[in-house]
Amino acid sequence: MHLQSDDFALFGLPQRFAQERSEIDARWKELQRQAHPDRHAQHGAAAQRVALQWSVRINEAYQRLKDPLKRAAYLCELQGARIGAEDNTAMPADFLMQQMQWREALDEAQDGAAVQALEAEVRRARAQALQRCGELIDGAQDFAAAAGQVRALMFIERFARDIDRRLEHLGQ
Amino acid sequence: MALLQISEPGQSPDPHQRRIAVGIDLGTTHSLVAAVRHGVAECLPDAQGRLLLPSVVRYLADGGRQIGDAALAAQQADAANTIVSAKRLMGRGLADIADAAKLPYALVDAAQGGMVGIVTADGTKSPVQVSAEILATLRQRAEDSYDDDLYGAVITVPAYFDDAQRQATKDAAQLAGIRLLRLLNEPTAAAIAYGLDNASEGVYAVYDLVLAQVGVQVQSAADKAAARAAARACKEALTATESVAFSAVLAGAEVHFDVRRQDFEAATAALTVRSMAAVRRTLRDAGLQPEEVQGVVMVGGSTRMPQVRRAVGALFGREPLTNLNPDEVVALGAAIQANQLAGNNATGDLLLLDVIPLSLGIETMGGLVERIVARNETIPTAKAQDFTTYKDGQTAMAIHVVQGERDLVQDCRSLARFELRGIPPMAAGAARIRVTFTIDADGLLSVSAREQASGVEAHIDVKPSYGLTDEQIARMLQESFATAAQDIQARALVEARVEAERMLLATQSALDADGDLLGEDERTHIAALMQALRLQMTAADAVAPEAATQTLAKGTEAFAAERMNRGIRQALAGQNVQNL
Repeated sequence: MHLQSDDFALFGLPQRFAQERSEIDARWKELQRQAHPDRHAQHGAAAQRVALQWSVRINEAYQRLKDPLKRAAYLCELQGARIGAEDNTAMPADFLMQQMQWREALDEAQDGAAVQALEAEVRRARAQALQRCGELIDGAQDFAAAAGQVRALMFIERFARDIDRRLEHLGQ
Repeated sequence: MALLQISEPGQSPDPHQRRIAVGIDLGTTHSLVAAVRHGVAECLPDAQGRLLLPSVVRYLADGGRQIGDAALAAQQADAANTIVSAKRLMGRGLADIADAAKLPYALVDAAQGGMVGIVTADGTKSPVQVSAEILATLRQRAEDSYDDDLYGAVITVPAYFDDAQRQATKDAAQLAGIRLLRLLNEPTAAAIAYGLDNASEGVYAVYDLVLAQVGVQVQSAADKAAARAAARACKEALTATESVAFSAVLAGAEVHFDVRRQDFEAATAALTVRSMAAVRRTLRDAGLQPEEVQGVVMVGGSTRMPQVRRAVGALFGREPLTNLNPDEVVALGAAIQANQLAGNNATGDLLLLDVIPLSLGIETMGGLVERIVARNETIPTAKAQDFTTYKDGQTAMAIHVVQGERDLVQDCRSLARFELRGIPPMAAGAARIRVTFTIDADGLLSVSAREQASGVEAHIDVKPSYGLTDEQIARMLQESFATAAQDIQARALVEARVEAERMLLATQSALDADGDLLGEDERTHIAALMQALRLQMTAADAVAPEAATQTLAKGTEAFAAERMNRGIRQALAGQNVQNL
């Protein structure tokens, strides 16, 4: 066990996409129970710094493991399939078309009900894309294709945040 | 102090040595102190049996001061020198105080640090000093209750407090001579109190309502204080009755009229609606549906208002929890956490995994914010960000850290400006400067920077935008200590000896357990430091034993770090084996 161990090794979980959220949460709590600085409150500054490092590392892994999208991206990177979201924005034409339709729908939505309907649709699309991503990683082990799915999901997440902002604006 | 002893999690090295640790709710209108006694958290009363200490400090021209009820009683007569809501001024500049002109006392821009100052008959006071008076009063109350010195305290702050406000609260604790074990978010404290009280697992929502202002239009400061007191009495009475008489002496004339609950509810209806929108936003942030919430905890006296309880109950589809007093619940939770952090809880089944309440980012081109740590992320956490130079031979770089959820720097809170210096001269864009932002378990930020290619650690100047400088704190400390210098010396000597003994014991048991981590030279060196400390144990003042303890602590730092690393690695590996 090292600070440099990968997230799955650190959490004692199999290196795959399919995970139980409750299991991740339980492992996280067990690990923090050992490492969190508050558990070593009586010890000195140097020891506290070490505990802080471990605790930070466990939280970092937890943030990545519990979020399916981040988990998928991490698995792709571990297998050498770069996500490179900044310089790789080429997406299939039908995906881009759907994005445009969604944007238009959000612009034209007049009330909370319309925005919420769009939100439900985006949530369904997200769930489907995640499932596909899982199949590519755990089943076909096609990490390059999975990285493409991850990039598409990043677009969807960004749009979901715009919907949230709109809902907030509408006071919902 | 580098105490090297590693014990079983939660087990204090010496079970017979109980430390006095308290939770303090430093509130806008009133403050409380609580402690765990015989396994139960309870609020500590003052000599008159009162639990609530009004957060009011009155400064007198002769240098004297009144705190709490005595100050509150003088508020009408001497509004200009009676500070009633210092909490709202903590970590704030004059420009931040929207209603400065409406306050009955004069505010000034402080020369340094940027925090607002309050002009009183006893000179200009920082909000930090006012808060420190309240904290010191509560510390005294706790020490009187136990007839013993306070080991430390957990102090609560509103979840929305930014870094500057947290730092100011930390400074106030230092001024009051309190060892701060943790700054704890108020709703988190309430959740701890309820979680342990109800002993059930699940998701709980905490609804905390603060109604700071009661709208009254009056001329003088004294009138304002009188009207406010009367309005508050009305508001409180309306919780139990349908109608109440408002009466106050304003501008020399007596004013009477009846207020009905329905009028009050109509006047505050818009506020109730707004607060429900905030609740829905919070649920959306957390990705929760109202029915997934197991219970709703009410915090703050204002949640006694029947219309608020009705609205909360309707939104969540369940009656809010009210079995703990909404005034006390925050202090009780803080006390439980303090007991834990002081190492008093042998079973150690409580571990708070808190989140950062506000996002943290840096200023980029065009006054935009680049988010580095998103709100609600679990702390402690660290995030690294790479920067580069934009000019040939550039050796310094300015970084502006802001806090808030908005996209423009001008809409966020300025936290600090950092200067990175000592970057080796290179072509523009060649330097790779990794800046690491670390948020510790208190939610406080620290920053380190390193040029990746050369390995040069860039020097960082931290200038908190609204903090007090170390010199200001030192001066304030000296002022407050000047009167009791002798007491402090005697106390310091006792503390220094206790500390030295603790350190020697801890080092010895560390050597017994993990001496194999050390080389022969290191072992000899540590033995010599221990011997040097033993020789100082009988010194007449605290200076020599303190210095020798420090030297031993420094000399064993690397050893302590090694031991902690070994301990955690073994524990984590053991966890994983157990679970396979």
